[in-house]
Amino acid sequence: MKLQKGTSLALYSVLEFAANPGRQLSAAEIAEKYGASTHHLAKVLRELGRAGLVESARGVGGGYRFSGNAKRLTLMDVIELFEDISTRTGESDEFDASSDVGRALGAVMAEVDEIARATFRSITLDTMLKLIERQRRAATEAQPATKR
Amino acid sequence: MTRPEANGASPTELRVRPVDAADLGQVIAIDAEATGLEKTDYWYELFHRYGGGRTRQRLFLVAESGDVIQGFIIGEVRDWEFGSAPCGWVFGLSVRASARLGGVGARMLEAICDGFRHAGVNKVRTLLARDNSLVLSFFRSQGMMAAPFIPLEKDLD
Repeated sequence: MKLQKGTSLALYSVLEFAANPGRQLSAAEIAEKYGASTHHLAKVLRELGRAGLVESARGVGGGYRFSGNAKRLTLMDVIELFEDISTRTGESDEFDASSDVGRALGAVMAEVDEIARATFRSITLDTMLKLIERQRRAATEAQPATKR
Repeated sequence: MTRPEANGASPTELRVRPVDAADLGQVIAIDAEATGLEKTDYWYELFHRYGGGRTRQRLFLVAESGDVIQGFIIGEVRDWEFGSAPCGWVFGLSVRASARLGGVGARMLEAICDGFRHAGVNKVRTLLARDNSLVLSFFRSQGMMAAPFIPLEKDLD
């Protein structure tokens, strides 16, 4: 399962906001960090704002801040704002369902996608932030050993 | 299974200990509340096999607050399944509905993991239905990731 660019940007953004709940971040800051166009990111942030996950901050600099519940919001909640993966079974048109082989391959892809959806449904933003922190710690701990 | 985090009881008042025969009535009620099925025989059989701290390999724990059982967790050490090194395996976890979102599940998982470490293993695993998002989310929040296994099944004609 491959997520669209806008969906990936939404996940990057919402995790940046959730990691800094009190802080205002601008589209330009996030766009620069993740190598995206500010224009594209602004569209993504507007959509996140409409869904109540971020709110625009007035005043000098403007920007957005997190307004969701990181312990409740799952990756799937964010993904579904941008694309419908609820019924996707394999990459569309990847296998021709008019043949026995195509149908069987489609069934295998459906298994793969169902596991992906269950994974997205089970991971909250808060869990992702913990994972990011664990990976950061592991990378830091591994550094001296690598340098030796 | 229910959502394992609990609201009603403060984790500091909780005591996690091995199950007693006298706890079974409450354990059965908590399970029935979650699953809609009262499986009395099953729970007595499970108590016979896992209860009372009979072996370090099998753990059946309850979380108690005052004289109320708020939840239970069950697991065992599984050895060399298809060549896999011994690991702790959690196969039952439930928290009283009125006691959610207070860390009961986390305390019980911590306790059973201590038991697994004591039994000499350093990995814990579990298996859940894909659509059990709440309990999956709980285990994920405790740092569990996908294991290198694929569950399989087939209908038996």
